[in-house]
Amino acid sequence: MPGPQNSGPKTLYDKIWDAHVAHEDADGTCLLYIDRHLVHEVTSPQAFEGLRMAGRKVHAPEKTIAVPDHNVPTTEGRDKHIDNEESRIQVEALDKNARDFGVNYYPVSDIRQGIVHIVGPEQGWTLPGMTVVCGDSHTATHGAFGALAHGIGTSEVEHVLATQTLIQKKSKNMKVEITGKLRPGVTAKDITLSVIGATGTAGGTGYVIEYCGEAIRDLSMEGRMTVCNMAIEGGARAGLIAPDQKTFDYVKGRPHAPKGAQWEAALSWWKTLYTDEGAHFDKVVTLKAEDIAPVVTWGTSPEDVLPITGTVPAPEDFHGGKVEAAKRSLDYMGLTPGMKLSDIKIDTVFIGSCTNGRIEDLRAAAAILKGKHIRPGLRAMVVPGSGLVRAQAEEEGLAQIFIDAGFEWRLAGCSMCLAMNPDQLSPGERCAATSNRNFEGRQGRGGRTHLMSPAMAAAAAVTGHLTDVREMMGEGVL
Amino acid sequence: MDKFTTLTGIAAPMPLVNIDTDMIIPKQFLKTIKRSGLGKNLFDEMRYTQDGKEIPEFVLNQPAWRKAEILVAGDNFGCGSSREHAPWALLDFGIRSVISTSFADIFFSNCFKNGILPIVLPQEAVDHLMDDAKKGANARITVDLESQTVTAADGTRFAFDVDPFKKHCLLNGLDDIGLTLEKSAAIDSYEKAAAQARPWV
Repeated sequence: MPGPQNSGPKTLYDKIWDAHVAHEDADGTCLLYIDRHLVHEVTSPQAFEGLRMAGRKVHAPEKTIAVPDHNVPTTEGRDKHIDNEESRIQVEALDKNARDFGVNYYPVSDIRQGIVHIVGPEQGWTLPGMTVVCGDSHTATHGAFGALAHGIGTSEVEHVLATQTLIQKKSKNMKVEITGKLRPGVTAKDITLSVIGATGTAGGTGYVIEYCGEAIRDLSMEGRMTVCNMAIEGGARAGLIAPDQKTFDYVKGRPHAPKGAQWEAALSWWKTLYTDEGAHFDKVVTLKAEDIAPVVTWGTSPEDVLPITGTVPAPEDFHGGKVEAAKRSLDYMGLTPGMKLSDIKIDTVFIGSCTNGRIEDLRAAAAILKGKHIRPGLRAMVVPGSGLVRAQAEEEGLAQIFIDAGFEWRLAGCSMCLAMNPDQLSPGERCAATSNRNFEGRQGRGGRTHLMSPAMAAAAAVTGHLTDVREMMGEGVL
Repeated sequence: MDKFTTLTGIAAPMPLVNIDTDMIIPKQFLKTIKRSGLGKNLFDEMRYTQDGKEIPEFVLNQPAWRKAEILVAGDNFGCGSSREHAPWALLDFGIRSVISTSFADIFFSNCFKNGILPIVLPQEAVDHLMDDAKKGANARITVDLESQTVTAADGTRFAFDVDPFKKHCLLNGLDDIGLTLEKSAAIDSYEKAAAQARPWV
């Protein structure tokens, strides 16, 4: 394999990087070969148009997977007609581009359709040791498999379509270790938010993070995807977790996973994908799992994280540019310093997204909701991450629990995470959300977002205010 | 892509930290299948009321900065989504350079693909240029890519770093894909070797 082969101990990132350098210039600028290119309708039309105008083809259509997700309505009948004209044009453009250029495609009518970062792993497109890119910042999700995965812009989408490579320079290595065991009621979402709370949204800029430690090893693949998904919210290019038996068990038997002798060959390489003893990290952050509580965000940046037992901070609690930002956030969020976070009343609950739209997330929320009803007057919706997650949840009886509790049971898509489809907040509407961004206007102009885990969102749905889920988990949890 | 060589212009001050790509171009404008025409919706929700009227306090609505070509911004500019619509909107408005203490990774990279120069400078330098920016046309800033300097209105010069390859592409307005396709032989031979080593991919 070409590329620089450094001697000495390597990190997981070093190993994957070295295996994918197709060309290196004297100044360290590399052509990084891309194993999987995921494509959706919002960031790809201009890239395909660029190919057409230059008379270029897709270099490796068999390694390119397209699925509409950002824009699609989550209500019945969408396979026949999408009301919003611009959304319809984008979805139709993806249909046509997928057909014209011969890439793998899951149209909206296919039960396998869903959020691109849920579909990729579900179908076995995402495998350990791969490079995976997509015109979407939450591509970091796939790092849970020990794949080097990150978001790219549309010009880079076009570059990958045309050449199957990206022009890259290597990032620095950062280790985030979560030692010990999580306490009851604390989930992967609480880990990833707490890490961002500790490092800030720019703490990972210029780095690829490897998450490790007992609490990470203990997570399911779904939980690991939740952790890596939000690496970008910490500013990192990508998040990685070394593959292990859980990873191999998850991948085995999926439609596009290797089989037979190829499986054995793959497995023997995958088992070498870990950070060597003594490998160098440029930055190390360590959190104790037992110190992590169920958390919520109070502001308009994912770094605005506090344990649910806390109070709304004051601008003076911060320094530098964050003082003004906190003032603006509190004003936007309609919150007063000193008020208890658990006193914040909500209007809406959104369970879904590439962060928390997988089966385990729906199980966690349903476990809290079973036999209960949402607070009257609340709007609550579940948007499964894919058609297959939806079908499985129906089979397991989870859908009925949500419906009985008063939730809307929707079709798969990105939905209210970014509100490009009709699922939006109104000005001032306050939402407990399992998604990944609480930016101003993210879920609809003037909408107020509090990020949290699926179990915490379910608890808030029941009480009508932000709630410590541990209070609903019976004796001995708190 | 348009070349970027040197630029002397009005800078708009945006001292807020963590200006994210949802602020730069809200999602309702991502439904386009074109790259052009997004300038009128740049910073849409900060710039207009819900019924489309200009908010007079917003910097780019004020007479002094309506023709700004440079932004001087707070930490971590461009964080959030990978949407290239953010640099497209800046470019369409007429912004060719953004100066901050730090940028989010994907946004930073997207700028270079669109003829926009993002410049990282230390806090003191950004503070100095922020003061200039607040003076509008009375304190124009000069950005020179060749010499890698930003010159404040009082003549103070600040040197900045830029990746040599990105600088070369920007100075000459070069198309990345064309450059990469010149290395097709390397890609082909990589693919052959990889197909042997990892045939399951």
